[in-house]
Amino acid sequence: MSAGMNRRRLVQTDPVAQFERALEIREFENQINGLFAAGTIRGTTHLCLGQEALAIGLAAVLRPTDPVFATYRSHGIALALGMTPESVMAEIMGKATGCCGGLGGSMHLCDMELGLLPTSAIIGGGLPIAAGTGLAFQIQGNDRVGVAVFGDGATNIGAFHETLNLAAIWKLPVVFICDNNVYAEYSRINLTTPIEDLHIRAESYAMPHYAIDGMDIDAVTTGITQAVERARSGGGPTFIEAKTYRFAGHSRADQALYRPEGELDKWKPRDPVLLMEQRLIKKGLLDSETAEKMKSSMKDVIENMVKVCQAAPEPTVDAMFKHIWTPKVRA
Amino acid sequence: MPAMRLRQAIATAIADEMRSDPTVITFGEDIAAAEGPFKTTEGILEEFGPLRVRDTPISEMGFTGAAVGAAIMGMKPVIEIMFMEFLGVALDQLVTEAAKMRYLSNGTLSVPIVVRASVGGGLGFGSQHSQTLENWVAATPGLKVVSPSDAQSAYSLLRAAIQDPDPVMFLEPRVAYAERGEVDTNLKMELGKARIVKPGKDLTIVALGQMVNVARAAAAKISADVEVIDLCTIVPWDKQCVLGSVKKTGRLVVVEEQPESGGWGSEIIAAVVAEQFATLKAAPFRITSPNAPVPYNGGLESKFLPSPEEVTRQIEEVMKTGKAPQPWWRREGVN
Repeated sequence: MSAGMNRRRLVQTDPVAQFERALEIREFENQINGLFAAGTIRGTTHLCLGQEALAIGLAAVLRPTDPVFATYRSHGIALALGMTPESVMAEIMGKATGCCGGLGGSMHLCDMELGLLPTSAIIGGGLPIAAGTGLAFQIQGNDRVGVAVFGDGATNIGAFHETLNLAAIWKLPVVFICDNNVYAEYSRINLTTPIEDLHIRAESYAMPHYAIDGMDIDAVTTGITQAVERARSGGGPTFIEAKTYRFAGHSRADQALYRPEGELDKWKPRDPVLLMEQRLIKKGLLDSETAEKMKSSMKDVIENMVKVCQAAPEPTVDAMFKHIWTPKVRA
Repeated sequence: MPAMRLRQAIATAIADEMRSDPTVITFGEDIAAAEGPFKTTEGILEEFGPLRVRDTPISEMGFTGAAVGAAIMGMKPVIEIMFMEFLGVALDQLVTEAAKMRYLSNGTLSVPIVVRASVGGGLGFGSQHSQTLENWVAATPGLKVVSPSDAQSAYSLLRAAIQDPDPVMFLEPRVAYAERGEVDTNLKMELGKARIVKPGKDLTIVALGQMVNVARAAAAKISADVEVIDLCTIVPWDKQCVLGSVKKTGRLVVVEEQPESGGWGSEIIAAVVAEQFATLKAAPFRITSPNAPVPYNGGLESKFLPSPEEVTRQIEEVMKTGKAPQPWWRREGVN
């Protein structure tokens, strides 16, 4: 079994492993933040701090054969689904050993073995494609499910509405998950959208819909399971709004100075990684001492991984021409 | 060999591919129950049923993206964009998603979709339903761009497009849908290969889509011995065929339906000039539409589009002078 599949199996079976993966995502994003701030990595990046529970919940519920179409803010989803920190970090650094050979960067992660389709940096771009994966499964007559993960901002783009409508009339096995982190780029959701509960938009497409607490791993897992089961059993699409909060700015350059004072502090006690830790301790599956040890050893692991990736080779010039066309298969 | 209309050749190609490959599916606006606004999917729903043949809502972005998603999960969707202009609202899915999918998956995914669209002027449909717009897609690495000119090439090229593992934009000259031609269903045509539809030794015309018929009509009247090349595929275009022809004739004219600026003909002429300047006996040039929207009025529209008369006139002139003639709008001082 590949390293990725092993990692996937862990988060599907073990709640402590889920917590450890959430710590990994947290530490990974903190490292990325530092590396970009120091100017060691070029381009831009979008952190998922505060949105870790949704990533873990997806990985826990979905099978690797259920393709996920996510966004440019997907370091967490990639790691949760099982991709190794090395393959994601090397990609962000543009190295040949990255998951896309250094051709994609932070916004474009992919691992088909684990069901992560190339993440899209176009708002709403993945929704119709996720519906299309569901169309294929419907015609093929299997029980696979297509999943689209997108932000609150995407609910205002045409692709969102066209896709919900299409998925509803064709009853496609698709789950639409809106990660409502309150901010669409630099704009708070209330400035761009006349409603607070985005999931009610699915009502006009006669599609089952509900909100879940996206900071709470148990709520996330339950909510996604219900939708996935409906899709697998031929019940058609579901729209889930996961209420989360973006702890970081939109992208590298954004300090999020537009946040209302005190808003971030209000959300901090609902930090999904903290909530996971508290719950495991309460259930007796973890003690605080072990949790602290896990945190500090994760810091070392990620720091060492960064060093390995920094030493990895750059892609060769011919790499830019390798994957434009499918090579001709000679009969 | 059966004679069929171009639109029937399209339907026959889709049906033949659907019969031989169960992963081929087709959808678009009114293509199933109504068999297509141009009757290009006649009999398809009846034979293959509603699982594989579907009417969509008027949501080009939605269903183009759905084709991309279905393609990466093992299907071969053939979708119809009723008028090429409607691709405007779906362009993201083709240019930014489909054309990048293989690249951004590190070579693990292919997107075998065919996006069929009717193109071109001549039917009085006005400025929003008469353009060819191939330059929208021709400049995006990762897409192939194909355009048939008659029933045979429509049949053979569409089959090749459906069999191709990458996204193909298939531009159908709307004005020719009803035209009949003999179709040999065993004849294979390859994407990226042009065909010489009339051999000649004095001058080479390169044309595409409905301009192939314009070029042929002109060639029949011109006193010189003109070779007409049907380019068939714009991306990747058949450089070898064009260079070989011009090496023989020494003269090159590209007849393009789209407006003067930004056309694929410039690409062809640039390559010929750069690679074999010394073989040229006259200045290569393009005959195009003017830089204006397609007019509705019948007289204006036929003036707007390159015609056999205009092509004949300009070619007679270059044969005499060796210089590129002015387009009619400059010659007549109207623009």
